[in-house]
Amino acid sequence: MDFSKLLTDPINEIGILLTNLLAGLGLAPGAIAVVQAIIGVVVIATFCLLLPLFLIWFERRIVARMQDRVGPNRVGWQGLLQTIADAIKLLIKEDITPIGADVLVYNAAPILSVIAVIAMWAVIPFAHNMYGVDLNVGVLYIAAVGSLGTLAIMMGGWSSNNKYALLGAFRTAAQLVSYEAPMILSMLVPVILAGTMSMTGIVNAQSQVWFIFSAPIAAALFFITSVAEVGRTPFDLLEAESEIVAGFHIEYTGMKFGMFFVAEFLHAFTVGSLTAVLFLGGWSGPFSDASPLAGVFWFMLKSFLGYFIVILMRATLPRLRIDHMLDLCWKFFTPLALASIIVTMLVDKSLTTLLPNADAWARGGILFLANVLLGWATVSLLAASARKMRLAEEGGATGAGHDAPGDGHDEHAPMDAHAPAHASQAPAH
Amino acid sequence: MLNQWMFIGLFLLMGAIFPGAPILLNSLILGPKKNNPAKNSTYECGIETVGDTWVQFKVQYYIFALVFVVFDVETVFLFPFAVAYNSVGLFAVLETLLFILILLGGLIYAWRKGALEWV
Repeated sequence: MDFSKLLTDPINEIGILLTNLLAGLGLAPGAIAVVQAIIGVVVIATFCLLLPLFLIWFERRIVARMQDRVGPNRVGWQGLLQTIADAIKLLIKEDITPIGADVLVYNAAPILSVIAVIAMWAVIPFAHNMYGVDLNVGVLYIAAVGSLGTLAIMMGGWSSNNKYALLGAFRTAAQLVSYEAPMILSMLVPVILAGTMSMTGIVNAQSQVWFIFSAPIAAALFFITSVAEVGRTPFDLLEAESEIVAGFHIEYTGMKFGMFFVAEFLHAFTVGSLTAVLFLGGWSGPFSDASPLAGVFWFMLKSFLGYFIVILMRATLPRLRIDHMLDLCWKFFTPLALASIIVTMLVDKSLTTLLPNADAWARGGILFLANVLLGWATVSLLAASARKMRLAEEGGATGAGHDAPGDGHDEHAPMDAHAPAHASQAPAH
Repeated sequence: MLNQWMFIGLFLLMGAIFPGAPILLNSLILGPKKNNPAKNSTYECGIETVGDTWVQFKVQYYIFALVFVVFDVETVFLFPFAVAYNSVGLFAVLETLLFILILLGGLIYAWRKGALEWV
């Protein structure tokens, strides 16, 4: 076997080796393809399920640091085996199905929530020739499979026959479902820029300019709405401990609870990975073309950067109130995502029509300027809306602040000046 | 092409087996089985639960889901355009702009009707 080949194209090389091995055993070519696919699936799925063991330890240590604690550091080196100990503890706990629960749905929910996250990893590319499968509808597949997780949480909350769990499920219906709209809209921007929905195609389109430079607003929107999709602090309304005990997974015990936990942590990491693939150039970095191992390194580095920011948000921000959160989604993120699509589309198309010879950097720079302008317009609209709100607050508690929502002067203002929820935010004088 | 979807199918199957196996191991083999009515009753922080759980609920949650469905279905129509974006001219882009403005019109309508207010 050629070892230099193993360094440059390991998956293909191992594939050839396996084909030869299986053909030697007398298998038909069709059966060989199936066996190879099964091996690939098992490798990626095992990686996905073992990763949370590390992620949970990583997050606990980081959050502990941020809260001036030490965190788990007793089991194994620096507490690295703590999560394995916890998993073993969960395995020997009693499995309880509450009276009156819808048994089938109740048991299917934790499995479905893990499927939804693992299935996303089928299309995420690790390096230029290391990926599960390169679907030509990759982005659409991610959006479709990702919404299964929402369904799993709703199933779990609804079937538990518990009022707190039901409240969690209803909050899911409002929150996760709402945030999916701006998330899918912001995923559209890299698809427009790359002209393809395949994940490797999107990464290849970023070989010169990363899309975070061409579309910073879409990148920020995608990241924030994805974090809301995971349901982590500051968007953890569906399992808010101080309000509805544990939300949708209140009745779950043992490994079923553990599977919800695994799905949440893996999903949080997947947010980092998807941001890396769609906006941060995926595997691209120094030496990534020479060896896929360097590509995997850069991909993991970028993913962990995204995951670290998710942890940072969790440790820093308090939980949002539900009306604030829905206002943020429908009155700010969704119009801004639509505006970002329009700006990207129009600026890019007029640029390629007027200057067909512009190189990638000129194109990226002009798109960046357009995004800065859009951001500036958004911020000034927000400031105007906040000023109006403050004046209404100061101008008298009864009259000014209570006209119908529709009679404001700029209906494009992302925040509604008349919503009672915001009145409490204005500074008191 | 068919191979790719076979891979996805295998992935979903494996995605069910991998979490399913530890759950079965826990509930059938390793976990203790000492059920009693009090343990299996609905957990409500120590208070007996009153009445049925699956009651009529606030319509607001449903309205948001409804607005989402309208939005999501229309967004899916934008994906084919995004893929064809590089090969179409400025005119097609302006047409899509019209489509997005109609989408925006729907949002403004829902906004003015008060469907987006949390009451």
